[in-house]
Amino acid sequence: MLSVKELHVYYEAFTLSGISLEVPQGKIVTLIGANGAGKSTTLRAIVGLVRPRSGSIKLGGQEVAGRPTHWLIQQGITMVPEGRRIFPNLTVQENLEIGAYYRTDRAGIERDLAWVYSLFPRLQERRRQKGGTLSGGEQQMLAIGRALMSRPRLLALDEPSLGLAPLLVKEVFRVLREINDQGTTILLVEQNARAALQLADYGYVMETGQIVLEGTGRDLLGNERVRRAYLGE
Amino acid sequence: MTLETLVQQLMNGISLGSLYALIAIGYTMVYGILRLINFAHGDVFMVGAYTAFYLVSFFLLPWWAVVPLTLLAAALLGMFIDRVAYRPLRQEPRISALITAVGVSFFLETLGIVVLGARPKGFTEYIPGLFARVYDLAGIKIPGVAVWVPLLSLACLGLLLYIIYNTKVGMAMRAVATDIETVRLMGVNVDRIISYTFALGSALAAAGGIMWAFKFWQIQPLMGIYPGWKAFTAAVVGGIGNITGAMLGGFIIGLAEIMAVAFFPDFSGYRDAFVFAILIAFLLVKPTGILGESLKEKV
Ligand SMILES: Nc1ncnc2c1ncn2[C@@H]1O[C@H](COP(=O)(O)OP(=O)(O)OP(=O)(O)O)[C@@H](O)[C@H]1O
Ligand SMILES: [Mg+2]
Repeated sequence: MLSVKELHVYYEAFTLSGISLEVPQGKIVTLIGANGAGKSTTLRAIVGLVRPRSGSIKLGGQEVAGRPTHWLIQQGITMVPEGRRIFPNLTVQENLEIGAYYRTDRAGIERDLAWVYSLFPRLQERRRQKGGTLSGGEQQMLAIGRALMSRPRLLALDEPSLGLAPLLVKEVFRVLREINDQGTTILLVEQNARAALQLADYGYVMETGQIVLEGTGRDLLGNERVRRAYLGE
Repeated sequence: MTLETLVQQLMNGISLGSLYALIAIGYTMVYGILRLINFAHGDVFMVGAYTAFYLVSFFLLPWWAVVPLTLLAAALLGMFIDRVAYRPLRQEPRISALITAVGVSFFLETLGIVVLGARPKGFTEYIPGLFARVYDLAGIKIPGVAVWVPLLSLACLGLLLYIIYNTKVGMAMRAVATDIETVRLMGVNVDRIISYTFALGSALAAAGGIMWAFKFWQIQPLMGIYPGWKAFTAAVVGGIGNITGAMLGGFIIGLAEIMAVAFFPDFSGYRDAFVFAILIAFLLVKPTGILGESLKEKV
């Protein structure tokens, strides 16, 4: 579904050098790595928030590198950005509605709204509240729900478990599983390497702007280097 | 001061204030989204007044046609200014767009002088009867403009609030004001939302321009400068970026200006200075304005 080849991004003090990765239809793929490895930069380049210097990004066979973000989203990619970024001055319900902004199928939007509320009942209770008044965990749920409202074919998430209590982390991973079971392809960036690799079909390990390892979730969980550097063993 | 003059002055202040409010919206909405003080906004107000003038005096159109056409023309002008002057600078440091805004303002003013002539144009004979007549309120004489200008302005402001708080585009405008990048992630074409923002603000300024002409009977190419600055002051006093604040600020400035003149007629020559003194005092005491949020939300 998504195929990234030889992606290069240059910042003053950082280079993303030749990232290649595949996210097959219906799968969960994870990208793990230490702080500053370039995970967010990779995601941001995929959704067009950062312009890659060179490289190819194909979505369903179509070259999309350099296209504007709003167009990419309309093609069915969505990203839950790092740090949630919910709209504090919009109500919970509006935050969800703006996720479906470019859609015109009213009935479908209503159905998805009900679906998101069933995934996160707590959001329904708070739907008239301003987004900014939610707790961190609730904001993360809202950010995921908002992304789902665009009916993405590919959902990218940038550290959805960051800063959440263990119970909520479990909850988020359970929801990701459920979303994937319903047919959404997932590209997950995580610091919580163990949970991510357990969930994912395939994983990539990033260090200082490069992919240094890849394999099935199971393989990486068993890999000596991964165990030492990312699983704390 | 007699009761009659007091009531008259109050009505006068409210109607002037409502015009400032109409103009202030455009400053505050654009600032809220782009952190840009659109100095050309006062000149859009002037273009609105002239557009109405020519439609009614040259094309002899009735007012029910003049008003929508004028608002439409101003909306298009606002969008055009954004498209050619500000959008190309969106990735550049904010000061570039600010300087460009000053340039666009000078451009419109000089173009106005060259094309329209520096001499004021009289509006008196075209003012609709409703605005020209005088009402008798329990023995107190109230000019029509003092009644209808605030009422129509409030109607415009109400419509604007409806758009901002009850439509999809309005929702996107509110979202853009806090986090442009994330709005892009929602599949929203942000440039289009910014365009609509300029359109709305400019249409309101044009509505203000038309009613300004009704109130002051004449128009000239530099007529946008002082009202523009005062409306900007109103936006700052209300808390720049905040729409309700801008409305409130408009009424405060209008009333303060008229009351200063009413109570200190000897100093009426200083009325403009007085308004800007309010601005400076506000910036010193409460830089975020009456309804202004702390700026940290809007990084
Ligand atoms: N807009 C930018 N301009 C300049 N440098 C940047 C920019 N964005 C990120 N960087 C730098 O690029 C490097 C990679 O950042 P990135 O956010 O991709 O890392 P990350 O893997 O997501 O890290 P984390 O796990 O902490 O979120 C960092 O050193 C960062 O300082
Ligand atoms: Mg990151």
